[in-house]
Amino acid sequence: MYAQLVETGVKRIKSLDEMSPQERAFQEKIDAEIKIEAKNWMPDAYRQTLIRQISQHAHSEIVGMLPEGNWVTRAPTLKRKLQLMAKIQDEAGHGLYLYSAMETLGADRDEEIAKLHSGKAKYSSIFNYPTLNWADMGAVGWLVDGAAIVNQVVLQRTSYGPYARAMVRICKEESFHQRQGYEILLTMMRHGTQAQKDMVQDAINRLWWPALMMFGPSDDNSPNSAQSMAWKIKRQSNDELRQRFVDQTIPQLELLGCTAPDPDLKWNAERGHYDFGAIQWQEFFDVLKGNGPCNQERLATRRNAIENGAWVREAAVAYARKQQNKNAA
Amino acid sequence: MNSTQDDLIHYLLLLGDSALIQGQRLCEWCGKAPAIEEELALMNVGLDLVGQARNWLDYAAELLADGRDADDLAFRRDERAYRNLLLVEQPNGDFAVTMAKQFLFDAWHLQVLKGLCDSTDLRIAGIAAKALKEVTYHLRRSSEWVQRLGGGTDESRRRMLAAITQVWRFTVELASGSEAETRLAAAGIGADPAQVGAAWLHQVEATFASVELSLPPAASHFYLSGRTGMHTEHLGILLAEMQFLPRAYPDATW
Repeated sequence: MYAQLVETGVKRIKSLDEMSPQERAFQEKIDAEIKIEAKNWMPDAYRQTLIRQISQHAHSEIVGMLPEGNWVTRAPTLKRKLQLMAKIQDEAGHGLYLYSAMETLGADRDEEIAKLHSGKAKYSSIFNYPTLNWADMGAVGWLVDGAAIVNQVVLQRTSYGPYARAMVRICKEESFHQRQGYEILLTMMRHGTQAQKDMVQDAINRLWWPALMMFGPSDDNSPNSAQSMAWKIKRQSNDELRQRFVDQTIPQLELLGCTAPDPDLKWNAERGHYDFGAIQWQEFFDVLKGNGPCNQERLATRRNAIENGAWVREAAVAYARKQQNKNAA
Repeated sequence: MNSTQDDLIHYLLLLGDSALIQGQRLCEWCGKAPAIEEELALMNVGLDLVGQARNWLDYAAELLADGRDADDLAFRRDERAYRNLLLVEQPNGDFAVTMAKQFLFDAWHLQVLKGLCDSTDLRIAGIAAKALKEVTYHLRRSSEWVQRLGGGTDESRRRMLAAITQVWRFTVELASGSEAETRLAAAGIGADPAQVGAAWLHQVEATFASVELSLPPAASHFYLSGRTGMHTEHLGILLAEMQFLPRAYPDATW
């Protein structure tokens, strides 16, 4: 659950010689692995890139509640219901951490949320896929949170201090969710009926490629990555992280006794990595542009929540003001 | 099975089913709350309640001793066998209806749990002591929302008044209990429904008065009763959704 395509607005990376003294001092600090904090000087493009990335990350947590919320009323046992409710609650909490981290950069959460609702700001493409059977709750935990963790573990070393610290807290909870998700699938595969095993394979078939897309475009088609890497906002390339995810996930897939929907997937002893098939990039860009299976529903749900809740928030503000006046009098 | 045991099983089902159905209604709010803080809080309260439901239903299943476990009781009983309060099965409506329901339920729940902390049945006392901590928080939160909405803007006040009017008739079940509950209280096992009803009314009146909401006249008994499995038409649909998977795949292990 993170940001996968963030504009930096930078066409070409400046060399140290081309930088102003301020810019140069900033870059040297980055190169020396000193964290940037809210009150430090930073290039405007660094600030704006981070606002875009962290808000996208926060939006992903919030929109990401919806595919799971779809099954929380239908969870099949009390234990599974409790797990799912705890997970959704954690996600709302992650959204709040991230909006706070973003606000240290001078952005306003309501303004950024308005950009999400108008379609200007993005969220992770994965949450535009529907959850169609109970096994999706396991597969989302295992594959989607798994992919998020691979990305977020690296972001614990990101150059902006408040973001890095948010990642440390979030990763602890996400790892727990991922294990729970895997356990849902393992239970169905080891103790379930044939119908349940079919559900698991169906969930994997539908979510496998979308999970791989969570790492963003391939490195040769990722024009914003170089600047993000130079600023150490990103620490590893999209393709490196995607490869790591595939390498660590295949043994787990085998333990389940399931397969990936990829005929080209095979171990490459020479590289020491799994080779895998080509991602459907057209689908990825379509989904990011708003033409995925659930984009309209997801945004409509979030817009309605905020619009229908306006009178509640106004009431809270009005009541707080009345109490303040009463106390002052 | 002796009659005290029978009373006790029904009582545990009243407690467990009420917490479960209230929790289920809160699940329906996922992604639709008026603020992210509320997403968190609604799910948090729901999580507490479903957890409590599991504890009560575990105990009920042990006493029933007919091979069913808490999940069977939750997911394989029809609406006529459910014993929850009518109030908690009512639809969420707008945020005012949800909060009015939550507050009226929390105020009752807190008094019941307080009474149960002294139960001579140590299993009940233990579950109640843990739940009481959670419900103390639930009541603080829901009473604050009644105040914010009742004392906020004209619109929020209008909605809170409408919400109270809409759900008030179901409070007859909170204000008074059954003969079985009175018997359990006399045996030192259950909370005294007369005491619970009086303390509940006192709490509701005080919270309402703090924002100048008047207390409606006491609700009177009518045809339906959650305690005897005579529900509104809302429960059947709620259960159809909640129970779908265990019903459709009876041999499955989740």
